[in-house]
Amino acid sequence: MITMPTDERSLTFLDEVVADAPGAERIVHCMQCGSCSGSCPNGPDMEYTPRTLFGLIAAGQRDRVLSANTMWCCVSCYACTTRCPQNIPITEIMYALKRLSLREGLTAKTDAPALARTFTGLLEKYGRSFEFGLASRYYLFNKPMAMLKLGPLGLSMFTRGRMSLVPAKIRQLDQLHAIIKKARELGGTA
Amino acid sequence: MKYAYFPGCSLECSSAAYDVSVRKVAELLGIGLAELDDWNCCGATEFFSQDELVACSVVARNLALVDPGIDQLVAPCAACYLNLKKTDHLMTEDAGMNAKISEALSAGGLSYQAGRVHVRHLLDVIYTDVGEAAIREKVKRPLTGLRVAPYYGCQVVRPLDGFDDTEHPVKLDELFTWVGAEVVDYPLKTHCCGGHMTQISEPQAFELIRRLLDSAVDRRADMILCMCPMCQLNLDAYQRQVASHFHTRFDMPIVFFTQMLGIAFGLEPKELGFGKEIVGAEPVIRAKLESTASTSTA
Repeated sequence: MITMPTDERSLTFLDEVVADAPGAERIVHCMQCGSCSGSCPNGPDMEYTPRTLFGLIAAGQRDRVLSANTMWCCVSCYACTTRCPQNIPITEIMYALKRLSLREGLTAKTDAPALARTFTGLLEKYGRSFEFGLASRYYLFNKPMAMLKLGPLGLSMFTRGRMSLVPAKIRQLDQLHAIIKKARELGGTA
Repeated sequence: MKYAYFPGCSLECSSAAYDVSVRKVAELLGIGLAELDDWNCCGATEFFSQDELVACSVVARNLALVDPGIDQLVAPCAACYLNLKKTDHLMTEDAGMNAKISEALSAGGLSYQAGRVHVRHLLDVIYTDVGEAAIREKVKRPLTGLRVAPYYGCQVVRPLDGFDDTEHPVKLDELFTWVGAEVVDYPLKTHCCGGHMTQISEPQAFELIRRLLDSAVDRRADMILCMCPMCQLNLDAYQRQVASHFHTRFDMPIVFFTQMLGIAFGLEPKELGFGKEIVGAEPVIRAKLESTASTSTA
């Protein structure tokens, strides 16, 4: 098991992580076996693999952890979660770290938060995802040069009827908005 | 058999071939699908990255909309399936979250009792509820000699108590042996396709896609069978770019498993959304149809 340090600051960070993901209290059972890192398809692109990241959490390295690209490389394949011999919900902890790093504004190294915000912005507007709107907005504001390269792909999707220029909308948008508003109030993120 | 049907956003447009083939095959197998009225997007992974309570509340609206007379909700998309299942699971296990999600729902005049709706993946419904005998009976055009690589991806088999093994799932394999196909032992069947990384970091996603395609080529597969819109999109739409990135060539058709079931059941390619794929499956399908026609006239 990881020996958790007793100084107040590092415990606070561990508590923060634990409070933000269901089942995350099991993180104290991490024995640094590295099954997670070995299972991760995106491990080679991470600044710290999940195993190292958990070591840093234990050491109370709050800023290093929250500004790492590690959790933003996670695409939720859950390979680590199902293989962890200590049943630590690793993918859920990665989600919690994403949320914490967004709250702290420590996510400069990746476009992942921009993609997430664009996606959910459209969801809130229409109640459905809007693929053309997502691709055009996200690329325009984040990687305009890549847009040129994607032109032919977009066109072949369009000609095969796989891309619509008009968003689909749900009927009861007011209801969805009321639910989201209340959830934000209850979660303290309103 | 009556089920509420949650198509999900991808099936409305970019994976329309999945939606049409799901509906055709379900009808033929007697699976009654009633589309959930006014369903909303499940948020994919993007809402969970920002706010868990909002993410779950958005998903829970869909659970609350399921007709009181129906207790099963079927999703063909891996992400929708997981999010619906995960939210129900969390509401069942975590009383605090359950109370908050319920309060958010009530702000929209809705309510949902945790555990009421059983969230199912379409493969599970076809495999378990319809079953081998009924499926074998429907085969009009056995896929004899067709080498298919069954690709499960991530979120159908992981992480929750699923209907198949998390490392070595076999139900898609078995289903296709029932319809006569030659099922390839595909070692990367549960490996990640890169998910949304095709939009965030291409080199990272392209390497994962290359491995999946290479492995299918190595095993002499005629096509890869998908059951997730994201997997299909990454392997199909990005295939040419991946090939050029690695200075190689790929010509591997990527189709939804329901499209090939439809072929086996005697439906026509046009009714099943064929032609929408970027890497054409037509040559493989045509060869199959012609060989079946010549066998039956022989």
